[in-house]
Amino acid sequence: MATTETMTVNMGPQHPSTHGVLRLVIELDGEIIRKITPHIGYLHRGVEKISEHRTYHQTIPLTDRLDYLAPMSNNLGYVLAVEKLLGIEVPERAQTIRVIMAELTRIKSHLVWIACHALDIGAMTVFLYAFREREKIMDIYEKISGARMTSNYFRVGGLSKEPYAGFERDVQEIIDTFPGHFDTYEGLLTENTIWKQRTIGNGVISAEDAVDYGITGPALRGSGVDWDLRRDNPYSGYENYAFQVPTGTNCDTYDRYKVRMVELRESVKIVKQALDALKPGPILADDPQVCYPPKESVYNTIEGLIHHFKIASEGFPVPEGEVYQGIEAPKGELGYYLVSDGGTKPYRMRIRPPSFVNLGAIEKMAKGAMIADLVAVIGTLDIVLGEIDR
Amino acid sequence: MGYEILGLPLIYYITMVAKTVAVFVFVLLTVAYATWAERKLIGHMQVRIGPKRVGPYGLLQPIADGLKLFFKEEIVPAQASRFAFLIAPLVALVPAFISFAVIPFGDTVTIAGYQVPLQIASVYDGTSMRVLDINVGVLYILAMASVGVYGIVLAGWASNSKYSLLGGLRSSAQMISYELAAGLAIILVFMSSETLSLHKIVAEQAGLFGWNIFRNPFMFAGGIIFFICSLAEINRTPFDLPEAETELVSGFCTEYSSMKYAMFFMAEYANMVTVCAVTTTLFLGGWHGPFPPVVNFVAKVYGLIFVCMWIRATYPRYRYDQLMRLGWKVFLPATLLLICGNAVWLLVFP
Repeated sequence: MATTETMTVNMGPQHPSTHGVLRLVIELDGEIIRKITPHIGYLHRGVEKISEHRTYHQTIPLTDRLDYLAPMSNNLGYVLAVEKLLGIEVPERAQTIRVIMAELTRIKSHLVWIACHALDIGAMTVFLYAFREREKIMDIYEKISGARMTSNYFRVGGLSKEPYAGFERDVQEIIDTFPGHFDTYEGLLTENTIWKQRTIGNGVISAEDAVDYGITGPALRGSGVDWDLRRDNPYSGYENYAFQVPTGTNCDTYDRYKVRMVELRESVKIVKQALDALKPGPILADDPQVCYPPKESVYNTIEGLIHHFKIASEGFPVPEGEVYQGIEAPKGELGYYLVSDGGTKPYRMRIRPPSFVNLGAIEKMAKGAMIADLVAVIGTLDIVLGEIDR
Repeated sequence: MGYEILGLPLIYYITMVAKTVAVFVFVLLTVAYATWAERKLIGHMQVRIGPKRVGPYGLLQPIADGLKLFFKEEIVPAQASRFAFLIAPLVALVPAFISFAVIPFGDTVTIAGYQVPLQIASVYDGTSMRVLDINVGVLYILAMASVGVYGIVLAGWASNSKYSLLGGLRSSAQMISYELAAGLAIILVFMSSETLSLHKIVAEQAGLFGWNIFRNPFMFAGGIIFFICSLAEINRTPFDLPEAETELVSGFCTEYSSMKYAMFFMAEYANMVTVCAVTTTLFLGGWHGPFPPVVNFVAKVYGLIFVCMWIRATYPRYRYDQLMRLGWKVFLPATLLLICGNAVWLLVFP
């Protein structure tokens, strides 16, 4: 009698649709997936350990490189955690600009998601359209922080510098033009028969399972769980903005797609409200122990010079204690857990990356499906290996 | 009677060689520039520019690509089945080209008193000064399309690589399922034309509403189904599963390099040209139209090639089982129904 055996295929770490260096060892029965074992760690850089040897400010550039598609969200979570530990108040203008940048970051990250997700499923054109729009946000990034990806723009207590002249005009242009671009993507995908066939019923995970697996972000909302930290545990002044939290009902890839498409539009609305609320004012907290003094003060006064020297050379001491700060990053709940022993460097920093936790559900979502479905599931989970491996 | 060799007039040999060379050059150039056109067209559809460095408007790009591939290292994987691995690209490429032997580019032309059809494969009718086209043209095309599958299946199997194997499996399943529906759609044409000779099929389609696709609603639907099935048979988007990059790396040609890869690449585009030519011949009135016959034919073929590229820029990819379902559960019954409907139509409006 003929026997059959499963075939073990090594998908990745160099594979076109594993979004970086994810390696999945999959057991195949024909095209049906019987088992998925994710192997991670190819991009491990030891961010958590390195941060124990750096001052609090020196860790900010490391956070850029976690989810490199959403650097400012990573910056935001980290500085919020340190500020919470320090107990300092951030000026309103800085908070508003942080919200604008965080929401632009969400749009930027979601644009990469739709681009790669569509490309994985075979719709090539959306990829280039989305990257064209992403470039607009990259331009703002570059103008405001000097870097397209590794922004390093937020500081403990505020921002590194005042936004450039014309920042508001650029943001306004995004508010005006992006909803039309989203319509273009939706026109290519939302009612496309093949797109619907590929995504409806794909990667189903029930609300209970999603919660059990600790899934957060759009992937959780796609399963119908109404949970968004921006609304349910506001930070950085999110309580001042009105926005919807979309949820899905069928728990599948198509619903997660629609959730993210609504989120894109809601982010534009938040940016608009924040831009309207933007008023002149200081961008750094008035705390000379923590925040760098203005340059004139460094050059002209001895106190300014001393403060600058102290912060730059040894950092600022943070009171003993521990804190957890979670934010709603584009991909889910990004959490920073900081323990301070009272020194100028964290005793321990632990990052809770959304992609890592979401990836845990991949076998649940793709087992028994086909290879093509697995690719769609990787796309819909919207993982970034930079924050999975850290 | 002119000079004869082996009982056939000299003009037969001369036209045969001339037609072969002309068609081969045409197909080869079309294939080369289809790659350029695809990159350029899709580039512009996707707000890019496409090739522009090599020659004006990147027109020398296909030649540069060919040269590059020619100088690449030939790699045969150690575990591969060597003979099958080497022969597979040829098996894929040759049928794609020789299908063109029976496609009529234009009506018959009179050369030195002989009537010669503008079609490579033809036989001399010894008595009446006529050179006839062969009378099983459609069957020949179907046969060649089936042979082409073996190239891909062999490539997938002989590479001894998992991704290639999956690509080869997908390909064989896909082509078999769609060949049936495509074959049934061709039966619609037989019913109206009552001949297997491609020359006669086209000759009957004079005038815009003489085109087979406009004869009746059933033929219209049949023509569209035939074109879609043809896309599936030649692995074009949205049916490009055998080489789905994001799933199977490169599918059946993952292990191929250098000219062997170039052959698969050419076969893909040659197949596209062939399929567009066959669709034109069977459903879109072949050489009929407002311009000189050959121009009409070429324009229609290029129009269809444009549609192929347009589809590629627009649609996502089907999943394996969805593709099979579409073939067996939608197109197959649909073409059977269309045949019945067409039969009734032909009885009612003879």
